[in-house]
Amino acid sequence: VANVLTYVLHYQGQFNKNSLGAVSEGHARAQEIGGECHALVLGGDDLTDELCQSLGAYGATKVFRAKGPEGLAQPVVDAMAKVIGENGHSYALFGGGLLGFEIGAGLAARMRGGVTMEVINVRAEDGKLVAERPILQDSKVSVSRYKDLGIIIGRINAFETRTVDGGSADVVDVDVDYSAWSNQAEMIQRGEQRGADVDIEGADILVAGGRGLGKPEGFQLAEDLATAFGGNSAVAATRAVVDAGWYPYAAQIGQTGKTVSPKLYLAAGISGAIQHKVGMQSSENIVAINKDANAPIFEFSDLGVVGDLNKILPKLTEAIKAKKGS
Amino acid sequence: LKICVLVKEVPDAAVEKRIDPSTGRLDRSGEKNLNPYDTHAIEAAMQIREGGAVEVDEIVAVTMGPESATRALHKAVSLGADRSVQLTDDALAGSDVAATGYALSKALEKEAPDLVLLGQQSDDGECYTIGAVVADHLKMPSLTQVIKMDVQDGGLRCERQAEYGYDTVQISLPAVISVGDAINEPRYPSLKAIMGARKKPLENVSISDVGIDASEVGEDGSQVNCGDFHDPEAKPPGQIIEDEDTDETVDKIVAWLEERKLI
Repeated sequence: VANVLTYVLHYQGQFNKNSLGAVSEGHARAQEIGGECHALVLGGDDLTDELCQSLGAYGATKVFRAKGPEGLAQPVVDAMAKVIGENGHSYALFGGGLLGFEIGAGLAARMRGGVTMEVINVRAEDGKLVAERPILQDSKVSVSRYKDLGIIIGRINAFETRTVDGGSADVVDVDVDYSAWSNQAEMIQRGEQRGADVDIEGADILVAGGRGLGKPEGFQLAEDLATAFGGNSAVAATRAVVDAGWYPYAAQIGQTGKTVSPKLYLAAGISGAIQHKVGMQSSENIVAINKDANAPIFEFSDLGVVGDLNKILPKLTEAIKAKKGS
Repeated sequence: LKICVLVKEVPDAAVEKRIDPSTGRLDRSGEKNLNPYDTHAIEAAMQIREGGAVEVDEIVAVTMGPESATRALHKAVSLGADRSVQLTDDALAGSDVAATGYALSKALEKEAPDLVLLGQQSDDGECYTIGAVVADHLKMPSLTQVIKMDVQDGGLRCERQAEYGYDTVQISLPAVISVGDAINEPRYPSLKAIMGARKKPLENVSISDVGIDASEVGEDGSQVNCGDFHDPEAKPPGQIIEDEDTDETVDKIVAWLEERKLI
């Protein structure tokens, strides 16, 4: 039997969308190799029977529930190692996200498994699962095959969330003896929101700014342009400028931020790192303005403008205002 | 406090990267440089040393790689490391992430650091993961993608961005921390430091020197096999405008947007 164990992250009583995608994917692939998909959850009293059972709707037949500290990777490694050790899962599967990378890598060390990260596709081949992963700035795809335990960490948004007629999952409580080093990290504060609470997910037009805007005040150019577009438009930002405190976290696109697919995504001064790309690549139209002709963003934009945004953005704003006024 | 900084040589960003069809591995020939993310880790070590909250006895740069990786170590030393250790052995070629992390952990074990720092990702391939592998072998607490780190309460108070916002985590030492590029602005080495880097001690170690089990490294010791390299489904390349006359450029952008009914 080749069963798949997925880790399902939760926060404030809600499961993470990428984790649910991993359960759906695990269910679909496990069926192809004659196995089942199980889930592991770890946390406190908010992991109620009802909540855990609800993972059955995404295809999990069994949910292992461990009590422990939330939001840290190493306790989950301990719990998954125990569950896999006792139940002999063939694969561990993670949706995108930071914890998945850490847990998967820790598990590979602990269980001597093979690990692949940034996976965009999993498929069955001769009764085994193989994982496809883009490499070299997404210019090539490499295929991973595993000798024994396969640890597959998806790229964010790679696995679609699908419901099945699975009914409710069995919930099994697991007692975990956490390793000493797992207890040497303590969450002091989790999920702090920095900056204003802005809504970008519903916008039809997003003007996104990156480090190329030069300084925090550079965002004024992006805001002016968004205002000129009018209607349902907003300003978004990259992780680099959010970490630097130039713009609110709530406006961040990418791996640890929001995923958006507006009608128009206009990227100003954004190089287009993979971590950003995964949050906006399904936008209907992508326009990029960047002074570096070699910026990766030009590889996946529909219209690329190589030039100085300090010159282009103000004139573009005026031109759009004029069109709107006419 | 003894700090080890894991560094790695990567192909220079300006050089086009490719897969060597004969080996199926990344072609690592050509211009190399110190992984840019690692310079942030060295800078973080220097800031702990200069911060004065704790006495730093030594900063040691550690790498695994072929002879050419010496250059990355020289760069690391020019940025502030006191000496360096290079783990080189033909048996290591073809190691996957888990095997690489295991090998590095053995080299680190010999150094017995209080803190291991590394860059959160490398420019040439594996991301986010090596720190967690190393930490599990060393039985140390670990955190990746840290953007703020202060010596506090006998340990480190770390901040990072995770799935739901910013997390603050208190970690006891010894620990393994990977840092993001937002943590600091690495300094430029002085000419004197660059010239002096070659004179700082550089120790070469083989797998037997640090007690690495040869059956757990290299291609045979790796648990994942990567191959079947192929092109991704590519979307057709977009239109490119080089801005020469900005009024003209803006007219073209507006026309493009109008065509798609976006204005």
